[in-house]
Amino acid sequence: MSAVRDHWRKPPFIANPVLRWCVIVGAVLYFGWVGLTMPIDWGRVAEGIARAGRIFGGAFPPSFERSGLLIDGFMESLKIAILATAGGVFLSIPIAFMAARNIAPLPIFYLGRAIIIVARSFHPVIVAIVFVKAVGFGPFAGVLTLIVYSIGFVAKMLAERIEEIDFGQVEAMRASGAPYISTLVYAIFPQIMPRQVGLTIYQLDSNLRASAVVGIVGAGGIGATLANAFGRYDYDFALAITIVIVAVILVSEGVSGQIRKRIQ
Amino acid sequence: MTSIREQFGRDEWTRYTPKEKLRRWGGLALCAIVIIWALGSIEVVWAWVWGAPMQMGDLFARMYPPDTTNLGSILNVLWDTVNIATFATAFAVLMSLPVAYLAAQNTTPNAVTLWIGRLILVTSRSVNTIIWALLFVAIFGPGIVAGIVAIMFRSIGFIGKLLGEAIEEIDKRPVEALEATGASRFKVIVYAIVPQVMPTFWAVSILRWDINLRESTVLGLVGAGGIGIILQGAIDTFNWPEAATVLLAILALVILGEIVSAFLRRRIL
Repeated sequence: MSAVRDHWRKPPFIANPVLRWCVIVGAVLYFGWVGLTMPIDWGRVAEGIARAGRIFGGAFPPSFERSGLLIDGFMESLKIAILATAGGVFLSIPIAFMAARNIAPLPIFYLGRAIIIVARSFHPVIVAIVFVKAVGFGPFAGVLTLIVYSIGFVAKMLAERIEEIDFGQVEAMRASGAPYISTLVYAIFPQIMPRQVGLTIYQLDSNLRASAVVGIVGAGGIGATLANAFGRYDYDFALAITIVIVAVILVSEGVSGQIRKRIQ
Repeated sequence: MTSIREQFGRDEWTRYTPKEKLRRWGGLALCAIVIIWALGSIEVVWAWVWGAPMQMGDLFARMYPPDTTNLGSILNVLWDTVNIATFATAFAVLMSLPVAYLAAQNTTPNAVTLWIGRLILVTSRSVNTIIWALLFVAIFGPGIVAGIVAIMFRSIGFIGKLLGEAIEEIDKRPVEALEATGASRFKVIVYAIVPQVMPTFWAVSILRWDINLRESTVLGLVGAGGIGIILQGAIDTFNWPEAATVLLAILALVILGEIVSAFLRRRIL
């Protein structure tokens, strides 16, 4: 009787004790060692509090004096987002077909997947600096960047949807001797269209967010205005821009959510 | 057998009724108008657009072959990048726990705290990492600290929101059972709420780590540490072969991160 524990203990998260201690010790070692060896200038960091005070002191109250610049920047961001969504969605349809295992032959499937992986792996800002160097400053670099960004997301999701379609309809069309294009239009498109429309609206919202960022490295839109304001220590204008960006993102998230709910 | 006429009220089979057709064409026309408006009014130097394919070709030609002479220092900074992502995720996870507790309707003490929690989440989520980084580089100076804090600020909103939703969806009965035995508030949280949200907690943390890895590669472009600094340096000095190496290194890092997070997700969940 005495061997029975009279206290219940919570079972540990990792059942195997060896693995559990290895994970704990490994985590402690990693965080301890890396935390101590990271190249950090603590003196400079300590100045941060005073600087933060100065920045926030300069930022309040936000200045909407140059609202003309603000509106121009936003219109440019909106145009970048619209064009990039149109271009990105248009290009991602063939890429999605290439990357769908049940439609594409194996070599084309690998090519399609490779395009998607590369497009997805690079953060839009990295793509943006490359495009800015290649095609010059301005919104065109932003559009190209967000086209790549859209392909990474839309083509991936669409390819997954194509892989899930009911293949019976495709077989029925083929059995009746329909050419490839008709099979595509009548058997596959109707099955993926609702998803595609939802993805497009989501991507428009997502591109609008991203277009606020790619401008920081020179690809046009409100981000360029923000980076300029920050670079000139116009913290009150920068705060005004940030507030408007947040407001626009919240509105666009709400609108896109509503539209997607209505469609699906 | 019913004829097409009886079934659809018209002689030939078509996919859409005239009304549906009108709506679809209307939608398409609206999209076309919006696109044409954007295309017509955007301030683009069209000569640059037509020259773009040539410029891109030229760029990639200059990138080849990638220059690996600085590979040692690139890998070193890549390790810093991983550390920024990991530390920021760890801090963000710790800090998002109380925020998630406040932002979940069923655990928050009162309406005021609920709104405080929601406000923190919305602010954190709506400001992009790069914008946070701009701010923290100005505060803490260029370097890793600014990067970690920037990613942390952005991640709190993401983790807190998903965790808060998980808390709202928990089974109430274990909570009630513990409360009925007279357990303290702390014990209710530890024994009734935490075990139920644990799977979501790990899933969200791993997902966010994966995203943060991607984001930490760009922090350097605004001076907040990591591989982006080398990339910016290589691009500014038109050292395209080295830029190509850095881009390949980033690609490898992101794919590796995705593999690691997929592995962890399978093992833990």
